[in-house]
Amino acid sequence: MQANHEEGVGGNMGQALALEIISKKYTIQTGGGSDRFTDIVVNGVMNKLGLRKRKEEILWALKDVTFTVDQGEVVGIIGRNGAGKSTLLKILSRITYPTYGTMRVEGRVGSLLEVGTGFHEDLSGRENVFLNGSILGMTKKQIQARMDTIIDFAEVERFIDTPIKRYSSGMKLRLGFSVAAHLDTDILFMDEVLAVGDAGFQKKCLDAMGESRKSGRTILFVSHNMAAVESLCSRAIWIEGGKVQEDGKPAEVIRSYMGIYGRQQLVGNRLADLDRFKYVGTGEIRYTQVEFLEMEGSPKNIILSGDIFIVRLHYKAFVPLRNPNFGFKVCNQMGTCITTFSTKLAGIDTSLVVPGEGYVDVEIGPLTLLPGNYFLDLTIHPQLEGGGDIYYGLFDYVEFSVETTGRFFSRIEETEFNPALVFFPSRWKLEGMNLAPGNSA
Amino acid sequence: MKINREYFREIWQYREIFYFFVWRDVKVRYKQTVLGALWAVLQPFLTMVVFTLFFGKIAKMPSDGIPYPVFSYAALVPWTYFSGALSMSGSSLVGNSHLMTKIYFPRVAVPASSAIVGLIDFAIASVILVGLLLYFDMPLSWGLLAWPLLAIPLFLLALGIGLILASLNVKYRDIKYVIPFGIQLLLFATPIIYPSSIIPEQYRSIFLLNPLSGLIEAFRFVVLPSRNFPLESFLTSLGATIVIFVVGFVYFRKTERYFADII
Repeated sequence: MQANHEEGVGGNMGQALALEIISKKYTIQTGGGSDRFTDIVVNGVMNKLGLRKRKEEILWALKDVTFTVDQGEVVGIIGRNGAGKSTLLKILSRITYPTYGTMRVEGRVGSLLEVGTGFHEDLSGRENVFLNGSILGMTKKQIQARMDTIIDFAEVERFIDTPIKRYSSGMKLRLGFSVAAHLDTDILFMDEVLAVGDAGFQKKCLDAMGESRKSGRTILFVSHNMAAVESLCSRAIWIEGGKVQEDGKPAEVIRSYMGIYGRQQLVGNRLADLDRFKYVGTGEIRYTQVEFLEMEGSPKNIILSGDIFIVRLHYKAFVPLRNPNFGFKVCNQMGTCITTFSTKLAGIDTSLVVPGEGYVDVEIGPLTLLPGNYFLDLTIHPQLEGGGDIYYGLFDYVEFSVETTGRFFSRIEETEFNPALVFFPSRWKLEGMNLAPGNSA
Repeated sequence: MKINREYFREIWQYREIFYFFVWRDVKVRYKQTVLGALWAVLQPFLTMVVFTLFFGKIAKMPSDGIPYPVFSYAALVPWTYFSGALSMSGSSLVGNSHLMTKIYFPRVAVPASSAIVGLIDFAIASVILVGLLLYFDMPLSWGLLAWPLLAIPLFLLALGIGLILASLNVKYRDIKYVIPFGIQLLLFATPIIYPSSIIPEQYRSIFLLNPLSGLIEAFRFVVLPSRNFPLESFLTSLGATIVIFVVGFVYFRKTERYFADII
């Protein structure tokens, strides 16, 4: 077993990054697996005596990943949850080490796996810029020199000397991203950080990223946002099951990724047997079926823009759970989340859910989605503040389509829509216009 | 993982992160407290008052002819630092787990800066010692100049053990319970309340197994260098300190690459 990580060692000119058969193995202990010392001793003795078999599951998060990246390339890494993208990024960032394989990096490296790493709630915005900047690898001098532009970019001038525990979460994100945007390294590894902040700030960040692309910096960028990958990256790598599935032009890779995706279109008004799909989470409670119903309860087979209807989520609980948070997101073809529904957001206490089956209804509408295909990301979270493993998450599987309707779009063909996300119910009034007689249809 | 020139060059490159971690912990330490840095003094001082009352006055503990308050305070200042540095560095990696899984930097920066932070409190509490000597009309000897130097082996000992505990704690959270308990026992196994002169000769070698004893004795000696310097126990402690630090450092290096996977 050998794993090298060399920096600044000679290589081909113009090559920023070279990975060779990088692999990462995780051993997951199931059954009596505990990290308490006494348990390990007890289990160890039991195993030795053959009284109990410890189950070990070996998981290759990455297997023989080999590729090189030239200087100045902007590479988007795409793939499903659990495909190994994050592990790859962690190995590149040296947070974790490959089980075997070698990796060569040319130049100064910066990595952004989250926004505002190391922020301390009790410190002021300015102090946190120093702390975060230093953790990201900037020197004190560099941070001091960029302080004003960082503060400007984050739009938090007025509160820069206030402890950040008084900040809104949006302000914290902006401050964190602003520091990150001023990180000036030859190579940058990024994880989904663009999926944060309000739309205006997102645009600003995308612009900043576009600029660093022009400046010849090498970027590796993990994302679910296909639109961002397509517009920002010069190359895309699709990781599936810990291996490189496809590597090439973003548009082509995205097309085949979207094609092979294991999506499931609704059959009639519902998608049953959700159990057969691979979910993430502890599985203590799971969704079993999604149904679309008319308001009076009959099956709703066609969903039109502007409709009012019920989404019924059938679940099965295996243990009693206090106040689980049922929810789902609606995402478009490009992976952009359009809206989110959850019992927690609605301020609803789901009390104590006892083992067994049941369903929860949510009434939606009027539906303001434009005609097209959409996905549901189904989740059940524990209600705990900021913690606990997700019970259940099924992402990118459940597909449904929204059809056009004469009510809101009387003569427009589906293909003529601008790439807008939603519409708002609206009425045009022509009373104020000077119209020729006989033209009032 | 090798401990070579490359590694120390990297530590040098990342030197500012040590500074910022210390800076953060100092800034945050007494935030939202009324007494602030006064706590640095209050802890050893109030302990001294209680010890003087119970051990000095009531139990009539011998103190080698030094007023008991000075006798105990001279040991409590390094002890307070040592126990604080040990428990902070021992729990530092788990306490900073969000950093460990999100960014790379030399991992040793976390326990090391935790052990450095307490040195500031140590310095403040040391000033009070001088005040105490003046109050009891005791001479200020040249030996006091060696007091800050003794903080070096004390730091290395705390960090050496702290490195081992910190990396064990990543895997076995039992360490969280071992640390305060161990510190409690160590207080009695170290000549803080009592002088080492009351240890019977036949148990002396067992007593020397505690590397902290020789250091604490030395701290006490430099305050009042009238008695014979306990050279034997000091050199034993010094040797043990170096061994423990090296072992701790090597063990930390060997385990650190898996921290992010199991923390």
